Amino acid sequence: MFGLTALELARAQFAFTVSFHILFPAITIGLAAYLVVLEGLWLRTRQTLYRDLYHFWSKVFALNFGMGVVSGLVMSYQFGTNWSFFSDFAGGVTGPLLAYEVLTAFFLEAGFLGVMLFGWNRVGPGLHFFSTLMVSIGTLISTTWILSSNSWMQTPAGFEIIDGRAVPMDWLAVIFNPSFPYRLLHMTVAAFLATALFVAASAAWQLLRGRDNPAIRKMLSMAMWMLVVVAPIQAVIGDFHGLNTLKHQPTKIAAMEGHWENHPGEGVPLVVFAWPDEEREENRFAIEIPRLGSLILTHSWDGQFPGLKEFPREDRPPVAVVFWSFRIMVGLGVLMILLGAWSLLLRRGDALYRSRLFLRATLWMGPTGLIAILAGWFTTEVGRQPWVVYGLQRTADAVSNHGALPLAISLALFVIVYFVVFGVGIAYMLRLVRKGPEMHEGDTGLVGGPGHDRQQMRPISAATDDDLNTAAARS
Amino acid sequence: MGIDFSLIWILIIFFGVMMYVVMDGFDLGIGILFPFASDRHDRDVMMNTVAPVWDGNETWLVLGGAGLLAAFPLVYSVVLSALYLPLIFMLLGLILRGVAFEFRFKAPDHERHFWDKAFIVGSISAAFFQGVALGAYIEGIPVVNRAFAGGAFDWFAPFPLFAGLGVVVTYAVLGSTWLILKTEGALQAAMIRLTGPLLWAMIAFIVAVSIWTPLAHPGIAARWFSWPNMLWFAPVPLLVVFCAVQLLRSLRGEPHAAPFIYVLGLVFLGYTGLAISVWPMIIPPDITIWQAAAPPQSQGFALVGALFIVPFILMYTAWSYYVFRGKVRPGDGYH
Repeated sequence: MFGLTALELARAQFAFTVSFHILFPAITIGLAAYLVVLEGLWLRTRQTLYRDLYHFWSKVFALNFGMGVVSGLVMSYQFGTNWSFFSDFAGGVTGPLLAYEVLTAFFLEAGFLGVMLFGWNRVGPGLHFFSTLMVSIGTLISTTWILSSNSWMQTPAGFEIIDGRAVPMDWLAVIFNPSFPYRLLHMTVAAFLATALFVAASAAWQLLRGRDNPAIRKMLSMAMWMLVVVAPIQAVIGDFHGLNTLKHQPTKIAAMEGHWENHPGEGVPLVVFAWPDEEREENRFAIEIPRLGSLILTHSWDGQFPGLKEFPREDRPPVAVVFWSFRIMVGLGVLMILLGAWSLLLRRGDALYRSRLFLRATLWMGPTGLIAILAGWFTTEVGRQPWVVYGLQRTADAVSNHGALPLAISLALFVIVYFVVFGVGIAYMLRLVRKGPEMHEGDTGLVGGPGHDRQQMRPISAATDDDLNTAAARS
Repeated sequence: MGIDFSLIWILIIFFGVMMYVVMDGFDLGIGILFPFASDRHDRDVMMNTVAPVWDGNETWLVLGGAGLLAAFPLVYSVVLSALYLPLIFMLLGLILRGVAFEFRFKAPDHERHFWDKAFIVGSISAAFFQGVALGAYIEGIPVVNRAFAGGAFDWFAPFPLFAGLGVVVTYAVLGSTWLILKTEGALQAAMIRLTGPLLWAMIAFIVAVSIWTPLAHPGIAARWFSWPNMLWFAPVPLLVVFCAVQLLRSLRGEPHAAPFIYVLGLVFLGYTGLAISVWPMIIPPDITIWQAAAPPQSQGFALVGALFIVPFILMYTAWSYYVFRGKVRPGDGYH
């Protein structure tokens, strides 16, 4: 297809399916935790506003979770269907990690999800809260195992190569491999940030359209507190993660920084903007800040770290992709910190809910958490190239030996089905979000959740849409 | 000789896949039976009988895959590559089926029929290609140098396609008897009427596979028809007859749980029969479970978790079914 080799098609398919997939779990992780907090507050304070918000967000959660499950199923099979030599080489290590993820996380989530979504009036409040809690804990356990597995591919440890296969010798060293703690924290916090931005944007949308109620205000306020606290923490975690990468994957750092070579006695500049040219082994159109690269990565004015030219060409990752996706992630992170700071300034009075400029900014920042997650994953995964298991197995040696035809068929089908199915799914999700939380939504139990007949909903859907349209037309 | 990790693991995977076949079997069966219930409210009820549990049911399939990767990575890599297209089609089917649960109830009225169709097409294709994969697996997978050595379209052959239809019919029977258990009134009566013919079709497939596989594979013939094996394995066909007769009898009168339980018996027996045919190969016709085993460090570590955690999974899964026990009524919607 388009003159691509089977390897390129397999890589395109993996990148496509995993990029789509990661969006859903990221929101699942964040929303599950948010729902635990909301239900906990409802049980503690008995303020109906928390219950209303719980019911509203649990509908969004259900849709999002369903899409995460089905797109995740593809991932769990793709290692075998498309990367069989990787599975044969590393399955002894990554297989048990995946098995533990299924046993300790997937079943837990799925087992309690039914009660969480449909059991509001079938079990007592305590048991229901327990179910929500189990689902949320399940998402976090799942994150832990899969990031352990991914981190092992980045910074393998605790194994020996016997008969050409990775054999685990020390499971603690495998699980807690060098990059795992940083990656786990970075991704979990990223999921919380992405969810907070999503929740905040949906509140901003309502407020901008003149719909205002205590539930909407509450969710904007909660999301902004999250952002204020967590966005700066994420920057610190990211810094530690970078130092860890410098230690274990210097080629990746060199590509992220667009750093080709060191000059004796000079510090490394921070390249703000450039077009890294792999042929000529230099940056074109570079804008640099002297010594800042050294300061960030070595915490000294003239520290040096390896440049790309110190590694053979065949061991370098694609520089431009890594360089730019890293900048997108960092740039968005800075904007998140600024938005959080801005919200603090507006806390006095109710300016937070009335400043149209701030609400517009919040609305536009809605998807940036997810974009930053994608950019971050592109940085770390493309930065690992040309290896699938860093330093041990090259991606080219990991791919199943399929012909191009079956791969072209499968890739084309995935692209069509994903865009149609998840495109429509995301549209339905945004439709739900657009309706916004109603006060006393929870009075009749969980209405209109999955498995429910929409007919039974109070006829708010159509009416609300009309109201919104007229409201939008007026403003 | 120490503990045979490979043997314990193959039993766990056997159990996990059977749980999948049975539990997602009736979920998929409901999708397969959707065309027979055109009334919207009947369809709502059918879907609501599994809405709270389908996700957990599907998780057993993930356990099957992860268990293979952990305990028999060679099987995971070779078999999944060999069955590339059927498995991709199955996954796409499961995507359509899975999202339909959510989308159908959130779609605007004029779009709902689209997700009804997605539910039907997704369920049928997932079931069909599971059967195709099973059939191709039994036919045998050529392996050279730890890699699949056949063609991308080897599965497009009479036996795998036939097995695909067999699985569709089997899941339909699981679905119809599940609905007899979970519904009442006209919908239940319709399912009772459907179950008879579907069951006969399922029996026909069981008989055909029982004749076809020994004829095509001398090893399978020797396994079943040599002495004293014949004696040991005789209960399998005898119990199949018993379950089928009991099931047909239970359909008369006012059936409730009995038809479903006898179908579970039939599925278990058919599944066990296939295992007997293939044992101890894990990649038929040449590679045994011991040849494909992961290092003991991998099998042992994952085994500790599996043996400790699976009982808990079974407990809270049972609890979830208990919470949603009883007949589902139109407009019930789990309030």
